[in-house]
Amino acid sequence: MTPTFAIGLSLLLPALGAFAIAAADSRPNLRETITVLVALALAATVATLLPGVMAGERPELYLGELLPGISIAFKVEPLGMLYACLASGLWIVNSIYSIGYMRGNSEKHQTRFYVCFAIALAAVMGIAFAENLVTLFLFYEILTLSTYPLVAHKGDSNTIASARVYLGILLATSVGLLLPAIIWTYSVADTVSFVPGGILTGSLTGPGVGLLLALFVFGIGKAAVMPVHRWLPAAMVAPTPVSALLHAVAVVKAGVFTVTKVILYIFGTGLLAQEPSSNWLIFASAFTILAASIVALRQQNLKRMLAYSTIGQLSYVIMAAAVLTPLAKIGASIHMVAHAFGKITLFFAAGAIYTASKKTELNQLRGIGTQMPWTMAAFTIGALSMIGVPPTGGFVSKWFILAGAFQSDNYVAIFTIIVSTALNAAYFLPIIFAAWFAKPDPQLKSHGEAPTAIVVALSITALATLGLFFFNQPVLDLERALMDQ
Amino acid sequence: MSIASQLPALQIVVPLLVAPLTVLLRGSGLAWAAATAASAMAFAIAVALTLTALDGATISYDMGGWPAPYGIELRLDAFSALLLLLTTGASTLSLLGARDSIAELMGESREPLFYAAWLVALAGLCGIAITGDAFNVFVFMEISSLATYVLIAAGPDRRALTAAFKYLIMGTVGATFYLIGVGLVYMMTGTLNFADMEARLAEVDEVRPIVVAAGFITIGLALKAAIFPLHVWLPNAYSSAPNLVTVFIAACSTKVALYVLLRFDFFVFHGNLVGHAFQFSSFLAPLAVLGILVGSAVAVVESNVKRLLAYSSVAQLGYILLGASFGDVAGMTAAITLMFNHGLAKGALFLAIAALAMHTRGHTLADLSGAARQMPWTAAALVIAGASLIGIPGTAGFISKWLLLQAALQQGPLGVVAAVAVVVGSLAALAYVWRIIEPLYFGTAEGSTAGGSTAAYTATPRLLLLALWLAAGANVYFGLIPAVPVSLSELAAAELLGHLR
Repeated sequence: MTPTFAIGLSLLLPALGAFAIAAADSRPNLRETITVLVALALAATVATLLPGVMAGERPELYLGELLPGISIAFKVEPLGMLYACLASGLWIVNSIYSIGYMRGNSEKHQTRFYVCFAIALAAVMGIAFAENLVTLFLFYEILTLSTYPLVAHKGDSNTIASARVYLGILLATSVGLLLPAIIWTYSVADTVSFVPGGILTGSLTGPGVGLLLALFVFGIGKAAVMPVHRWLPAAMVAPTPVSALLHAVAVVKAGVFTVTKVILYIFGTGLLAQEPSSNWLIFASAFTILAASIVALRQQNLKRMLAYSTIGQLSYVIMAAAVLTPLAKIGASIHMVAHAFGKITLFFAAGAIYTASKKTELNQLRGIGTQMPWTMAAFTIGALSMIGVPPTGGFVSKWFILAGAFQSDNYVAIFTIIVSTALNAAYFLPIIFAAWFAKPDPQLKSHGEAPTAIVVALSITALATLGLFFFNQPVLDLERALMDQ
Repeated sequence: MSIASQLPALQIVVPLLVAPLTVLLRGSGLAWAAATAASAMAFAIAVALTLTALDGATISYDMGGWPAPYGIELRLDAFSALLLLLTTGASTLSLLGARDSIAELMGESREPLFYAAWLVALAGLCGIAITGDAFNVFVFMEISSLATYVLIAAGPDRRALTAAFKYLIMGTVGATFYLIGVGLVYMMTGTLNFADMEARLAEVDEVRPIVVAAGFITIGLALKAAIFPLHVWLPNAYSSAPNLVTVFIAACSTKVALYVLLRFDFFVFHGNLVGHAFQFSSFLAPLAVLGILVGSAVAVVESNVKRLLAYSSVAQLGYILLGASFGDVAGMTAAITLMFNHGLAKGALFLAIAALAMHTRGHTLADLSGAARQMPWTAAALVIAGASLIGIPGTAGFISKWLLLQAALQQGPLGVVAAVAVVVGSLAALAYVWRIIEPLYFGTAEGSTAGGSTAAYTATPRLLLLALWLAAGANVYFGLIPAVPVSLSELAAAELLGHLR
């Protein structure tokens, strides 16, 4: 398989899969087999690209010219490779989990669910491999639109109101801020391609840099930098597999991935380091980290708490990218992976608890560890990774981000990381403690562990969270490829 | 002489000749079939003409063998080709879906008259787009307007009569202003041919009558084109007309008036009047911005879906005018692409509304509640067309929005203000399109449980659905492969502004 073909195939597979899933509407077993097979095939296809990219190749796929100088084209670079591997790999696990969850809760419209999921994954591949901002923007919007039916899945008035917030914020920021930012970039740089080292050096200086950066960061609403974060808690009305893969991994990572890519390949770290007007990003992300952690402390609903935790963790990536030192850039990429593994585990656990016991609130979780030991063990691992305790992946990424911050003596970043670690501990540890050691309410009936498919899925991701602590060399190698170019 | 060389004349002659013939065609569907065939033929001619215009060639055709500037010249360039494509395409698609709803509305006896009026309107609009003669434009404008008044007055309730009457008064005032302007220019130059006029104006010493003429022509055509604040006739006309007539006129009639406006102001006056560029921009750009803001704001609160889309048109006409008022090639390209792309999006939206309206009782947003469940294909096409109106990438609307914003950002600080207005308008579009889509998908349909109404839902005419999906498909096609409209627009902009040197 040539790399160019692999790029095309990784876009086509989930798209064609969506049709196949729709065609298998009346036969659930076939439908779900197709989902898992497509997920496996996609991950395998993406994996074939990996060795070449590590070796320094940059395979391309050119589809056509949209306007003079603007084309629909794809080019694989290390950061996109990482994101594509992450999304496609976790889609397999998530599909297994979805089967358990959707059947366990007898959800309606299951075909629509799997179809939209496949389309969303196609959009994710487009974002990961996009060669320029316009191609990325195209798939970014497809991702927003295809996830809307997933968020509005339940269809009652409360869900629709939340889904309206979701769609409204994501579309309004992208049309209102991101599109002008892209056009501004094009009009000063005459190109929208992602080029290592940036395309704006020499064509934009002064306060304009900070302003354009603001248009990008807030225009990319999926990165959930405050104040454009409200869509993420709103999205929690979706079924848990959606929250797990999309709103802990694919969609939110699309946001931070795009921001990181804009920083590295559009502005270039050199330009941002010279321009004091871009310094606000450190403060904005630091504020988001701390504010989100404080809000998370006050949440009563498990999924909403996880959502606010996600908002904070996303800004870790953005802050790390904004610190601009090489070690922090490695930290940013590893944190994308570490957070993905940890947070998907936490959401899987939340969904497992809901499926087994219909519990959604934090104060209902007392003593649940004895009934659902597998789930709560995974939850504990995920939570420790969020806090950054070894031996979990979260420790590795925090280590690199902190080291990067020390490299440039960035005390704002150092302070933020330390305080937020304490805050993360403050909202996760009581839950873990209560789940394992508190006495359960005596009149509650016992419900036991969640369906096997769910337990298998969350065990895999929990193991991955632990594994990232010991075997993080592949990720580091990919990052070295990123630094070398 | 081969038939190919007669195509410019046939573009007008085919619908004009078929029109009286349709009156003779009694019997169900015959008049409709004749009108649709004539319109499809006009579309085929437009496509053939566009293919030659794409090479940058200009076709000149002397009507009756009288050479220009003495006789009437038909002149086909990129700009007129784009307009012809839009006009004949919109007419064909809306006629394709029109059979059942018009038959229900008009009754068998008046049906032939209706289709005859339609073809006359089409002939008039094609004539305006293709003629190279200023007085001939007036003649065709009257032909198309009179026929359009008839079409609007055919609306389902008596409000259509008031709407048609208002449009008649406004339209006549506009046309008279235009005629006064043309008369003044004729007085000073002795010619009515656009190209000749442009050449001879350079030799005129006393420019005051020309300035007055420019004022009359610009305002008269602005009235016809429903440019804010002269737009008041438009929401009434759009909302009272039969649904498929709305599709036709919303897609092309204001654009044809705008076409004449741009041709006159840029092709004829621009190079000859000192300070005309400044006057044109400083007068029309603020109006365009106001039009965008006011039109969008009204659309956000309007509850009648046809009026909502009509106000959205007022805003979109503002975009077109804004692009034109930049006065450079980039802005003009954006404006002309917008004319085409907005026609596509609005035409598709009104087609979807026409399909929905065959089964819902009224045109308010509440009436559409839950219709997507019974009519998933119609609703999906409406979503695509709505995305195009907003400017979501992958649709035609994205291309024109991109070109417009890019042109605005080249204009310096004032251009940034214009860009902000465009962005605000896009956000408003997001809001009002969503106001249609959300009840459509999530509203609870009243009475949908009753057996009778579900039976009615199954009867969406196939042809209407086909027309709707052709229109929605065109929105996606020209969003991904925009070469044809964009290169036609570039050629047109270069031609309009080329003599500026």
